Amino acid sequence: MSPLNLEQGASSHSAYDLRSHMSDVIETHTLAVLVANEAGVLARVIGLFSGRGYNIESLTVAEVDHEGHLSRITIVTSGTPQVIQQIKAQLDRMVPVHEVHDLTVEGPAVSRELALFKVQGKGDARVEALRIAEIFRANVVDSTLQSFVFEITGQPEKIDAFADLMRPLGLIEVARTGVAAISRGK
Amino acid sequence: MTRQMTGAQMVVEALREQGVDTVFGYPGGAVLPIYDEIFQQNHIRHILVRHEQGAVHAAEGYARATGKPGVVLVTSGPGATNAVTGLTDALMDSIPIVVLTGQVPTFMIGSDAFQEADTVGITRPCTKMNWLVKETDALADTLHQAFHICTSGRPGPVLVDIPKDVQFATGAYVGKPQAKVSHYQPRVKGDPEIITALVEAMEKAERPVFYTGGGVINSGPRASQLLRELVGATGFPITSTLMGLGSYPASGDNWLGMLGMHGLYEANLAMHGCDLMINIGARFDDRITGRIADFSPNSLKAHVDIDPSSINKVIHADFPIIGDVGHVLEDMLRIWKARGRKTNSAALKKWWSNIEEWRAVKCLSYKSDTTTIKPQYALERLEALTKGHDRYICTEVGQHQMWAAQYLGFEDPNRWMTSGGLGTMGYGTPASIGVQVAHPDALVINVAGEASWLMNMQEMGTAMQYRLPVKQFIMNNERLGMVRQWQELLHGERYSHSWSESLPDFVKLADAFGCKGILCKDPADLDDAIMEMLNYDGPVIFDCLVTKHENCFPMIPSGKAHNEMLLGEADTRNAIGAGGGVLV
Ligand SMILES: Cc1ncc(C[n+]2csc(CCOP(=O)(O)OP(=O)(O)O)c2C)c(N)n1
Ligand SMILES: [Mg+2]
Repeated sequence: MSPLNLEQGASSHSAYDLRSHMSDVIETHTLAVLVANEAGVLARVIGLFSGRGYNIESLTVAEVDHEGHLSRITIVTSGTPQVIQQIKAQLDRMVPVHEVHDLTVEGPAVSRELALFKVQGKGDARVEALRIAEIFRANVVDSTLQSFVFEITGQPEKIDAFADLMRPLGLIEVARTGVAAISRGK
Repeated sequence: MTRQMTGAQMVVEALREQGVDTVFGYPGGAVLPIYDEIFQQNHIRHILVRHEQGAVHAAEGYARATGKPGVVLVTSGPGATNAVTGLTDALMDSIPIVVLTGQVPTFMIGSDAFQEADTVGITRPCTKMNWLVKETDALADTLHQAFHICTSGRPGPVLVDIPKDVQFATGAYVGKPQAKVSHYQPRVKGDPEIITALVEAMEKAERPVFYTGGGVINSGPRASQLLRELVGATGFPITSTLMGLGSYPASGDNWLGMLGMHGLYEANLAMHGCDLMINIGARFDDRITGRIADFSPNSLKAHVDIDPSSINKVIHADFPIIGDVGHVLEDMLRIWKARGRKTNSAALKKWWSNIEEWRAVKCLSYKSDTTTIKPQYALERLEALTKGHDRYICTEVGQHQMWAAQYLGFEDPNRWMTSGGLGTMGYGTPASIGVQVAHPDALVINVAGEASWLMNMQEMGTAMQYRLPVKQFIMNNERLGMVRQWQELLHGERYSHSWSESLPDFVKLADAFGCKGILCKDPADLDDAIMEMLNYDGPVIFDCLVTKHENCFPMIPSGKAHNEMLLGEADTRNAIGAGGGVLV
């Protein structure tokens, strides 16, 4: 071993690269987080993401066990493998968090999102909108002479695709729920 | 059978049941019912601080010196917001404290009532957990949970916000044994397979080093005991972070001194050159690692931590062990003994001779001076003259803090209180008060910088009121010394606002508080002056005038590797690259 290297200021390395030196590949993961349904828990979870600079691509929450006072938060997030590992560990150590599941790695899972689309149009565009809606198995939940409201469920990508097709046909408003996800089998 | 009582009575009863003997606090409108109950009982002693920040740091000092949670009681609004710095400090350093805040009555929450603040909102990011209690029936249970959570797993601060109407109303008191056991039960036993693998690596290691931190101290005195046994038995060298000083004795043979930005040369080079790093209860803080890419490049790393999120956060762990330090050390020792107490003694011998060479550099040597008191000299004398005492040391933040860590020796855990993670100037004075409250007969010294000391000096009033003979040893360089050092090294010696202008006359200030003031500026007088401080039965403000432009060495500049340490003035030229100012 070389004992002393005291040459000062000689390093050619950049001193300011603070990124992870493991993998740099950005992955998208869907996490299911079971939390105590108490005041402030959602704020705590969201605060963790903003405070530590993690991404939230989608977040949904609702009570799933009324008696056990448990809510389920589904979070779609992205980051390097090391960041994803940190996010899970940081969530898991929060006092009101009961369970953290990474649905992306824990085996096959289904994810669904519901969206409402308001499309305004007349004539051919209106007919075309209806035809595409049928292909996408979207339901008409409201209609006037000038507009439709479509309800569609599916993977977020399917909803994105539907939005792309509706845009030139008079899409004027979108409401999306965010992703709910659950593992397959068992 | 449940007992009926008011919320305010519940607070006092729950504290009593939790074994709390002291509360640090400051009253106000929203906590008057609780103060009324405190007035009518004798179990719990209330220490009236002079500022809520002081209450929280005092509670931290109390907690660190006793291992028991510190308790704080403050009012709503400004009382709560003044507690925020202390909460953040306790979160960063994993100190168990319970902060109780008053809140406006539930029916006024959200109306911008007088002294209303969203206390749980403001303190959510700086507490391990917090609660707003809206019903008196839930209060006792929440308080018991608060104590459970702040002391279990990785300790930390918790806060319970109690609206005034909840304090007045009557409800059912839930006793400690009946309280709902929280689902929060962090794992304390480490994975035996990984521990065994680590022991195997320890048997073969040629250049091992123990790198220990505050987790050893938080785990309790038994962990320090086991650590000493393990170090003694294996003969491995050991270094520690600022937070972990005292878990292994400074007089111990295997002690390398503190590591990190201002750590000892031998400690940092041992970390850089080791082939097996055994991190016990430390967290690879940036003050420790320096440039991550070059951190201990050729070692396998074991990391023992009770907090899973600490593992692989900064540095990849080859042996990740999630568990309480005490439990894991016990298993390590047991397994190592059962496998025949093996070490690679030939290689170890070589490793030690390497280390001896680094030790021979004597990195803490400094140019002595007969006309002005060198800060290093002041601490050497303080160390020599207080060595045999039942001694507790607090510090403020700055150069004096680093010198204290370098030049004072800690033989036992829980005797060193310093703001590590947050680096809070103003920590030391109130912390010393909390320590002295816990250990009334001990020698409690706050090694301070003049600038830090001014940040919470109002607490001298508390020291006087409760006859707490805390010694405030102010190393007065008339500079924000650490800032000045960085400006010298990184900002072309442009000393922007790093002067301590218009300082008070500290001796007169002591006089005004009614305590003793001592001024010392001549190295020849220093011993006598320190003895005078030690012999005085009461609080002392000691104004020790030290060299004004002295830099703290060794120093690893931000973003540099351990083997790029600056040892003294001669090393500092062009030491820090142009971008050096970016990092803190
Ligand atoms: C509350 C707070 N504000 C600012 C700082 C930044 N800071 C770190 S050290 C320091 C100077 C401390 O001066 P002094 O207490 O006199 O100690 P010295 O370095 O001179 O020994 C400052 C301003 C801090 N750590 N804490
Ligand atoms: Mg100073």
